[in-house]
Amino acid sequence: MTAVLEVRDVAKSFGGVHAVQGVSFDVHEGEILGIIGPNGSGKSTLFNCILGQLTPTRGEVRVDGKSVTGLRPSELNRLGISRTFQLLQVFPQLTVRENLILAGQEHQGSRLGRLFGARDAGLGAAADRMIAFFRLGHLAQESAGGLSYGQQKLLDAAMAFMAGPRLVLLDEPAGGVNLTMLASLKERLQAINSETRATFVVIEHNMEFVMSLCSRIIVLAEGKIIAEGTPDAVRRDPLVIEAYLGH
Amino acid sequence: MTIPAKLAWPALAVVALLLVLAPVDLTGIGIPYPGLKRYGTYIMTLWLVTAIAAMGVNLIVGYAGLETLAQAAFLGIGAYTTALMVKAGLPFGLAFAASGAAAFVVGIALGFPALRVRKHYLAFVTLAFSVLAWLVFRNEQWLTGGVMGLPDISRPSLFGISLRRHVNFYWFVLAITAALTFVLWWIVRSPWGRAFMALRENPIRAESLGIDVRLYTLLAFAIGSAYGGMAGSLYAPLVEFIDPNPFALGPSLLFMLMVVVGGVGRFAGPFVGAAVAVLLPEWLRFAEGFYLLIYAALVMAMMAFCPTGILGLVERLLAPRRRTQADPKASLLGEAKP
Repeated sequence: MTAVLEVRDVAKSFGGVHAVQGVSFDVHEGEILGIIGPNGSGKSTLFNCILGQLTPTRGEVRVDGKSVTGLRPSELNRLGISRTFQLLQVFPQLTVRENLILAGQEHQGSRLGRLFGARDAGLGAAADRMIAFFRLGHLAQESAGGLSYGQQKLLDAAMAFMAGPRLVLLDEPAGGVNLTMLASLKERLQAINSETRATFVVIEHNMEFVMSLCSRIIVLAEGKIIAEGTPDAVRRDPLVIEAYLGH
Repeated sequence: MTIPAKLAWPALAVVALLLVLAPVDLTGIGIPYPGLKRYGTYIMTLWLVTAIAAMGVNLIVGYAGLETLAQAAFLGIGAYTTALMVKAGLPFGLAFAASGAAAFVVGIALGFPALRVRKHYLAFVTLAFSVLAWLVFRNEQWLTGGVMGLPDISRPSLFGISLRRHVNFYWFVLAITAALTFVLWWIVRSPWGRAFMALRENPIRAESLGIDVRLYTLLAFAIGSAYGGMAGSLYAPLVEFIDPNPFALGPSLLFMLMVVVGGVGRFAGPFVGAAVAVLLPEWLRFAEGFYLLIYAALVMAMMAFCPTGILGLVERLLAPRRRTQADPKASLLGEAKP
């Protein structure tokens, strides 16, 4: 299988704090990789280094074999890499539909073409399909800020898929979402993965969610990978039990 | 929008007709309206020019969520550029384009600090620029005439028709205002406008969605400042004499006030805000020495009780009906809030 994402010896320090200490892994096309670990283990910092929000202290990130280390988030997004955030990141004053159009518009034609072209950048139908896919149809014209937390989480995830990305990094997509919504979210993510062969990397604390969604899990503790393998193997690993699972 | 979409165009047509007819004596056709006189027409023209500059501030502050306390400086850049070019015998059209272009370029330069700092830090950067520009207008006598200013700025002609008469110049400014309003309306309703709003609401998320936050920040400053420059280009032939005073820090603060009073990020806000700033003081002249006190008290009350501006107040009055329609849908999925 081709490696869509290659992370090579990535490290990030903040003063004397070594948040990520030489992490390396590959993610293959169509794979759903989970990253778990206790709070402060460097998961989100690692995401931010991969996605250009932070510049790694050392190491390299490659996408489809090309180095993307140091590229800005917008440049990475235009290469087909998308993300969701741990904390809610929607545009509260725009409607649900506008949020989705915004999420895909920079991938439509040239910038000047977008100024003179259609108001919805030709994405109206795609946004409606995404709204239907994430079962947000009754909320399409509501301001995103007026949605409940779980609905905003769904919208956040839907936005990450608007541009038809090859690789999506989801930072705690299940955080704060109730069980009904969680099942719906997992089902939607699995459907996208099987339909489009999009590759996912998921940071998650909800063990049931991550173990049932991901085919492979990486466990981080104190900025280092302490275990890697199938969900079952990771669940039985004594190091993981000691550092994170605790039972 | 507070007006239903199907009524928006007819409403706009009525407003446009009323504005066109404002200086016309209609008593001849049986309507008891004598038309605005010379001073009234001048004030209406000043309102339009002010609204153009305020539209630029609204783009920067209201739509893109940035700050500017320098719009009067851009008005000055446009006014001096036009005055100098027209006095050198160059056509007004060229001077108008050059004024917009000069403000656009300087606006890009002023946008660079916005890539590093936001909110009041950015406001202070623009404030410093405003003072700097004013010092150039005042001190570079060889170019700007210093405190003596530049007199005798002639009004242009259009297709052989002199715009010297106040009514003709009013119609000319009205036409340009309409064109610039349409252009800005097109921009803010296009994907660019959505990208500007994304800067305002969540620049980190915007960047992660492929929106080049740096470029759109510079574009917002450049376009907004160009509106200031074009307003200045119309201001110079309107008043026919310019000196540094209207381009100082105080008027820049007033432009920010106009946008806030009208309704930040609401398209018609600058027109309402400019009306409050330009027309209200005229209507309050009956109060003689007290008119500034009344004006200040009105603004304070407005900000205390309706920080979303006059248009925000109107929307709030119309909102309850929409809210009751939206509420039943909000909890359909029944999940817990954090």
